[in-house]
Amino acid sequence: MTAVLDTTSAIDLTARGGWRATKNRIMTVVLATAFLVVMIPLALVLGMVIMRGLKVMSWHFLTGPIAATEQRAKGGIGPAISGTLVITGMAMLMAVPVGLLGSIYLHEYGLNRPVARAVRFMATVMTGVPSVVMGLFIYVVWTLRYKSSGFGGSLALACLMLPIIIRTTEEMLRLVPRELREGALALGTSKSRTILTVVVPAALPGIVSGVLLAVARAAGETAPLLFTIGAARKVNWNVLGGANTALPAQIYGNANSAFAPAQGRGWGAALTLVVIAFLFTLVARLISARFATKR
Amino acid sequence: MATPLVDLRRKAAGADAGFRGLAIVAALMVLAILGLIAVTMGARSTDALQAMGIRFFTTKRWSVTNQLYGAGALVFGTLLTSLVALVMSVPVSIGIALFVTQVVPTRFRRPIVYVVDLLAVIPSVVFGLWGISFLAPKMVGFYRWMHAHFGGIPVVGRLFGPANSGRNFFTASIILAIMITPIITSLSREVIDTTPPGEREAALALGATRWEMIRGAVLPHSKGGLVGAVMLGLGRAMGETIAVTLVIGNALGVIGANLFASGNSLPAIIATDWGEADTLQKSALIALAMTLFAMTLLINFAAVAIVNRSLRRSEGS
Amino acid sequence: MTDMDQELVVDTNRQISRLTSTATATADSASGTATAEPMFEISDLAVYYGSFRAVRDVNIAIRRNEITAFIGPSGCGKTTVLRCLNRMNDLVPSARVEGKVIYQGVDLYGGDVSPTEVRRHVGMVFQKPNPFPKSIYDNVAFGPRVNGIKRASALDEIVERSLRGAALWDEVKDRLKTSALGLSGGQQQRLCIARTVAVEPDVVLMDEPCSALDPIATARIEDLMQEMTSKYTIVIVTHNMQQAARVSNRTAFFTAEVSENGDRRTGVLVEYDQTQKIFANPGDERTENYVTGRFG
Repeated sequence: MTAVLDTTSAIDLTARGGWRATKNRIMTVVLATAFLVVMIPLALVLGMVIMRGLKVMSWHFLTGPIAATEQRAKGGIGPAISGTLVITGMAMLMAVPVGLLGSIYLHEYGLNRPVARAVRFMATVMTGVPSVVMGLFIYVVWTLRYKSSGFGGSLALACLMLPIIIRTTEEMLRLVPRELREGALALGTSKSRTILTVVVPAALPGIVSGVLLAVARAAGETAPLLFTIGAARKVNWNVLGGANTALPAQIYGNANSAFAPAQGRGWGAALTLVVIAFLFTLVARLISARFATKR
Repeated sequence: MATPLVDLRRKAAGADAGFRGLAIVAALMVLAILGLIAVTMGARSTDALQAMGIRFFTTKRWSVTNQLYGAGALVFGTLLTSLVALVMSVPVSIGIALFVTQVVPTRFRRPIVYVVDLLAVIPSVVFGLWGISFLAPKMVGFYRWMHAHFGGIPVVGRLFGPANSGRNFFTASIILAIMITPIITSLSREVIDTTPPGEREAALALGATRWEMIRGAVLPHSKGGLVGAVMLGLGRAMGETIAVTLVIGNALGVIGANLFASGNSLPAIIATDWGEADTLQKSALIALAMTLFAMTLLINFAAVAIVNRSLRRSEGS
Repeated sequence: MTDMDQELVVDTNRQISRLTSTATATADSASGTATAEPMFEISDLAVYYGSFRAVRDVNIAIRRNEITAFIGPSGCGKTTVLRCLNRMNDLVPSARVEGKVIYQGVDLYGGDVSPTEVRRHVGMVFQKPNPFPKSIYDNVAFGPRVNGIKRASALDEIVERSLRGAALWDEVKDRLKTSALGLSGGQQQRLCIARTVAVEPDVVLMDEPCSALDPIATARIEDLMQEMTSKYTIVIVTHNMQQAARVSNRTAFFTAEVSENGDRRTGVLVEYDQTQKIFANPGDERTENYVTGRFG
């Protein structure tokens, strides 16, 4: 008898049906749904900001003074933009050097010593301090004595930015390979000079990216400003002199209004703020992406 | 031995040591600021705390005319909105984290992560503006429907009480949930990514489906870290001020089960009342801020410790 | 046992002729500079990391303008001893040094000695080339700038001199401002050598400088080392004993001994002598086992 190839006994490796496979497929759909669920509010919010914001957008809007009353049809956010620029800029000037030096201590000098470990832990905890607490804190230690000014807002924002900058900068310093430091030290370079001329420049793109993200976050904060900068209707470039205003404050002020023109200005300010925040974030991501590919 | 041929003594001035000193001072600023917050704000709260005594923490009354200030309703509002926000956000956040790390092919990971993180870039005041202009009005109908259909059920029905406006605890919870999702997602991703590939591959090699592998290898390993991530999200929700202020309804003295009731929270009342507060009221508001500070500090402390521990444990494996 | 020398060397004729020329050079220098003070006098050196003794009982005198090689199997302390010569072990917090390292009459571990100053005199080239992510020019000019030289003309001259000294000038002279990371591995290592000699040290330490390079790049660096001895003293750690045989005047052979409780290995110097003798007629049996390839 000739043997016939019996194909029915071949091993079957096709995908199994049955309950396990179905459950797997269901869960995959559930997980994908989670992603879609979060896209809905994103689209709704961005959509509304763009639509309503564009309605009032104009060069006059971006540069004009704040409206005297809510019902007034004309009015702009010029002072808010200048305010955001100087207040956030000042905050950056204070938070970046302190944050950079602090993270240098943590990674280059302190390492695992108790003080460094404590600072590292508390810095992470500090990122969770509510912005309203920071705002009140600066009110108590600064504004009470020196009156409302943009600088008070800068102090509060700097306190918010500091722990973020410390954490992200330390991460970047950690990425710089040990051999680079050893190479510089072996040439007879002092430790401080090694850090400043080799380590920090090597980590710079990542550091800059982290700073930009911190600035984007700070620019959007409202609560710290409520207690520290007062209110202003005219452009005030002097961060130390007198009350000021900023984009988040204008949005907040207009959000509660019952009058359509004010609400429209709120959306215009919101669009401006969202564009600024997105721009900073985009640049930060581009820089860190280029940094990643260079290594 | 004659005079040495080379001079190897220290040449430069104390510049090197000076730099190190500067760096230490900068690092200590973190501790200094936190300490100053506790001390200065604590000092300013004493007026109100002395006036109210222990009732500050127990009563829900908040009356400017009677100069009676109690944190009760505000702590309640903070906790209620934050916990309901967690209930809504945690499944979605962890779901996204699992989706991105286990399901999505590697080259799509970064764009999807970027898109989810966009939520974190939108400032909170913009969420508040959207909440008050769009979400609250749109949800009123839904709340009334829920009240009409489920309000009658014993016990559970108390959650779905009457809704006067769309600005209530539940709307605030929705906004909070949207805002804390990117935080919880990003931290969860980090934690899940520390699952040793060996464990995942072992599960798959035994013939497990992807979901079974997630349940059997990824989730048990990440449990601790995920708890930490959720707690950090809770801390963030409790501290959110502006978005909540705009949609929570700003009602005083509300403690109850009705999710659709207008209410208040610690950060919200600080924001709304500050402008016209007199000295005693300001002291009371600062006392509220200290209460919030203590609550978030505790939660963040525990969360960081838990996340650190779970990340450290997986570094060893 | 010159036959054994040639047995060891399985490379090209060029390298065989270099071996004989090294031998004559050694004979010359041995007779000419026998009375010169040694560059380093290492006596009874032991290095501890915490409570673990990494290496013990090292006694070596490093001669001027010679190439001294440290050879031996992995983990026997060669690199640890090398890093004592420029105080790089200081970077490890738990490191502790006993015994003496005298450099040109000065105790390297003396009270008022600054490690930074030591490293200006004793340079180091590492196992993996580690150029800074800067331009080629800025890499070489880095050391001189640290030493206070600012004038562009002075720096230009130093950069050219150093790159020529590292046999790299012709290859990079037209792209000095481009990133050093664009160079090949062998070029990067020669750049690191140029960077090291730019500060005009007396000694150049080399920690397995060719282990990450291909044979052609290795040969070029070995040629370079020979040329460098006219100005510098070189100490090289190498896993490749043929390399030691090819380039060095003197060789120190280390091995590792299992410690008392049997869990860690302590390095110890076995034998230190002229290279010819180490390879042709070693005094210790352990040396002979190693150089004839019976182990390690």
